[in-house]
Amino acid sequence: MATGNFETTIGLEVHVEMQTNSKLMSPSPVHYGDKPNENTNVIDFGYPGVLPVANKGAIEFGMRAALALHATVSPFIRWDRKNYFYPDNPKAYQTTQSQTPLGTNGYLDVTLTDGTVKRVRIKEMHVEEDAGKNTHGADGYSYVDLNRQGTPLIEIVSEPDIASPEEAYAYLEQLRQAILFTGISEAKMQEGQMRADVNISIRPFGSSEYGTKVEMKNINSFNYVRNALIFEEKRQAEVLRSGGVIQQETRRYNEPTKSTILMRVKEGADDYRYFPEPDLAPITIDDAWIQKVADELPKSAGDRQRDYVSDLGIEAYDAEVLTQTLAMSDFYDATVTAGADAKRAANYLIGDVNAFMNKHQIELQDTQLTPVHLAGMIKLIEAGTISTKQAKQVFEAIMAGEEPESFAKKNGLVQISDPAILLGWITEVLDNNPQSIEDFKGGKDRATGYLIGQLMKMSKGQANPGVMNNMLLEELAKR
Amino acid sequence: MTINFFDNDLTSLHEKLVNKDITTVDLTQATIENIEKTDNELQAFLRTNSDEALLQAKKIDEQQNFSNILSGLPLALKDNLATNGIQTTGASHILEGFKPVYDATVVDKLSTVGAISVGKTNMDEFAMGGSTETSYYKKTANAWDHTKVPGGSSGGSAAAVAGGQVPFALGSDTGGSIRQPAAFNGIVGLKPTYGRVSRWGLFAMASSLDQVGPFTRTVKDNALVLNTIAGFDAKDSTSSNRDVPDFTSKLTGDVKGLKIAVPKEYFGEGIDPKVATTVKAAIAQLEAMGATVDEVSLPHTKYGVAAYYIIMSSEASSNLQRYDGVRYGFRADNVKNLEDLYIKTRSEGFGDEVKRRIMLGTFSLSAGAYDAFFKKAAKIRTLLIEDFNKVFANYDVIVGPTAPTVAYGLGEEIDDPTAMYLADVLTIPVNLAGLPGLSVNAGFVDGLPVGLQIIGKPFDEATVYQTGYAFEQASRLFEQRPNIAKKY
Repeated sequence: MATGNFETTIGLEVHVEMQTNSKLMSPSPVHYGDKPNENTNVIDFGYPGVLPVANKGAIEFGMRAALALHATVSPFIRWDRKNYFYPDNPKAYQTTQSQTPLGTNGYLDVTLTDGTVKRVRIKEMHVEEDAGKNTHGADGYSYVDLNRQGTPLIEIVSEPDIASPEEAYAYLEQLRQAILFTGISEAKMQEGQMRADVNISIRPFGSSEYGTKVEMKNINSFNYVRNALIFEEKRQAEVLRSGGVIQQETRRYNEPTKSTILMRVKEGADDYRYFPEPDLAPITIDDAWIQKVADELPKSAGDRQRDYVSDLGIEAYDAEVLTQTLAMSDFYDATVTAGADAKRAANYLIGDVNAFMNKHQIELQDTQLTPVHLAGMIKLIEAGTISTKQAKQVFEAIMAGEEPESFAKKNGLVQISDPAILLGWITEVLDNNPQSIEDFKGGKDRATGYLIGQLMKMSKGQANPGVMNNMLLEELAKR
Repeated sequence: MTINFFDNDLTSLHEKLVNKDITTVDLTQATIENIEKTDNELQAFLRTNSDEALLQAKKIDEQQNFSNILSGLPLALKDNLATNGIQTTGASHILEGFKPVYDATVVDKLSTVGAISVGKTNMDEFAMGGSTETSYYKKTANAWDHTKVPGGSSGGSAAAVAGGQVPFALGSDTGGSIRQPAAFNGIVGLKPTYGRVSRWGLFAMASSLDQVGPFTRTVKDNALVLNTIAGFDAKDSTSSNRDVPDFTSKLTGDVKGLKIAVPKEYFGEGIDPKVATTVKAAIAQLEAMGATVDEVSLPHTKYGVAAYYIIMSSEASSNLQRYDGVRYGFRADNVKNLEDLYIKTRSEGFGDEVKRRIMLGTFSLSAGAYDAFFKKAAKIRTLLIEDFNKVFANYDVIVGPTAPTVAYGLGEEIDDPTAMYLADVLTIPVNLAGLPGLSVNAGFVDGLPVGLQIIGKPFDEATVYQTGYAFEQASRLFEQRPNIAKKY
């Protein structure tokens, strides 16, 4: 995007925590929100003589991300140490892949607000360890929580293909969705499961060289990223217009003022003394392994939307809503597989189920609803066993974990379509209401309404209205 | 009861336990007494753990399970092997008081079969040194001449075995730290093939070079200990999942037809002529027994020390960063902020040699130096491996001296790091190439033992032992005893 006479260049490095069972290099569990240092062992604490063992599942999750972003999976990876001292980094090095990233040369096709599609190239992706967390207490002490230490991350490094804060926002949103559909992470921003390092520079139009870039690290909100970039774009343009020079520096985004604040000027590159991790053997990734992971990779949101429209006859907009999360889309697929009518299943999920989730502020996987129960209810409706009105009660029940068919039976929520039973009721009602028959013959439509009301009362609401209506008209004609 | 380990090898001790001639408690008690009698002069131990050892011995006696040859036998551990609940310091001030909550895998394997550790032995601080003089705590004497160094870095373990305090001990070898002290003390020491023995619980100096191995008085004893400590460990992904053979299988005394290569570089400049003569005589003995002996060349040997000191110090500089005073061990007082805590703790907690290597390694890995130092050293390492591969295409073992000299005087070289580093020239290439290397006594020069080094193909410890055993049985040098033996 242009700001005056300048064009903007943005590159993003996105870190996503991968939700493996155990950590990248130790058997400690990966779990958010537990008591400090509960999910740790001597390896996480960097005790003397302990050794890392690489988690194969984390490598496979990384491969999933690489495949989803069309990257080439490296046939040979080795681990490297990135050395620095900090209390949240107990070994004083982070295990990463600086020389042999797991994935290279990928891309993400980003749909922009005007509907055009922009391809953002992904330079490389690598698996590495997350750090622990330092907090600084009001008591003057600093506290270290190593629960997060060693959680596997996938770092996704884009090429500087992003030209505006809006594009950056769209890229992040769609990258998040792509990651969600690999099943490797829920990418919850508020839990820091997805964080972005942002690089931005501007240059006069037509200039062949990039401007000096400014870096902002660890922003865990897409809005903050956008705001920070909007501010930076303006700030840098003002500096250049007033004849100033952009310094290579690290800045911090400050939400209350929606501005960025200088943290430090970079004079040289940090020297992390990278070198091959001698405690771990290199890993060879053959085609069979890649294929196995590809086979396990869930279908992307885009592919699912296409299939919903073409195979199931779902409206494009509905297909988009159904694929906003992997959980919803998987739930929908399972419901259809369980025998539910595709359109009815879509309507329920987009309508009543979503409303339920919003009302109770919970995720789909935290409700008691199962695809089999939802499909069971829809089948009861389709078969005419229950009315759509009765279905409202059944819906409440299945949201509380009940099995739909037995619930309907137990509560007499059964529609009666048997002609023999219906005929008995119709005959009785007609015999008792000769005046209504007269009215009907005299052309008063209202009369049928009255008769149906009587029939419903008699059947305690269980008569199938469609069937009963047709039979009533037939019987009236006979009188 | 007194038990003299000069008269009893592991097999003999095992039989005594099985036949109930002695109990495990007797044996443990006798070992503790042996140490009490002699450690004033040897100073091999940093700490003994008599109470725990006797408790364990009692259990073994109750169970009467002597299914492994090491069941009930006492041993000593180098102080860089983690022992659960027992102080382990790496002979460094920075780990003073540190009690691990886990056992090293080798410790676990030994205690599982009922072997009993009686204490932790002195060593160079974090295994950095060749004389055990860089220990923060004490200096250890050579078993043959107490004015001489015991070698290092596993000097305490070597002196304890050579001095008759324990029948066997474990050490670690990164550039010669088992073989050189074994040579200086006239005993048997093996650095196994890299990956043969788990490194879990070994306080890392240089991860790509470190190996744990046994010290014993005889080759057969050595093979018996390796039988128990070798094997794949799921906690060490650099450990090998190859089958562990019986390492005693080739101990026949026969070397007929064995093809021995003798590198001319191992008898070059800096090798004491008397040491060279002694080793050549030993090789001649093997030839007389039917082995074929040819001179070969390992042309890149001369670059080994330089490459080693870059790779070792680079890895060590990273491995030792964890000692920061935050979570365990020593922490400096009166610190102003985090950086001050790091600087003061590490300045006060580490000795000169450790600091020297951290600085050398930090420099070698730094952005401006990486290509010219670390990367180049890695290339030399590849060339050294190729040198060995070429020779092993035609030979079964490579034989030469273990160290260029016999043990030197305490205090003589400690202030000359370059001389100390050069003394590793014959052992270092074996670590860089990941090969098994054994030192056995080749004879004496001026009353001090000389080491014969036998280097094998990867994972072919059995042939290395075969060679050492044949020489040992023919020379009977293990029957010679230092004066300290008279104390028992």
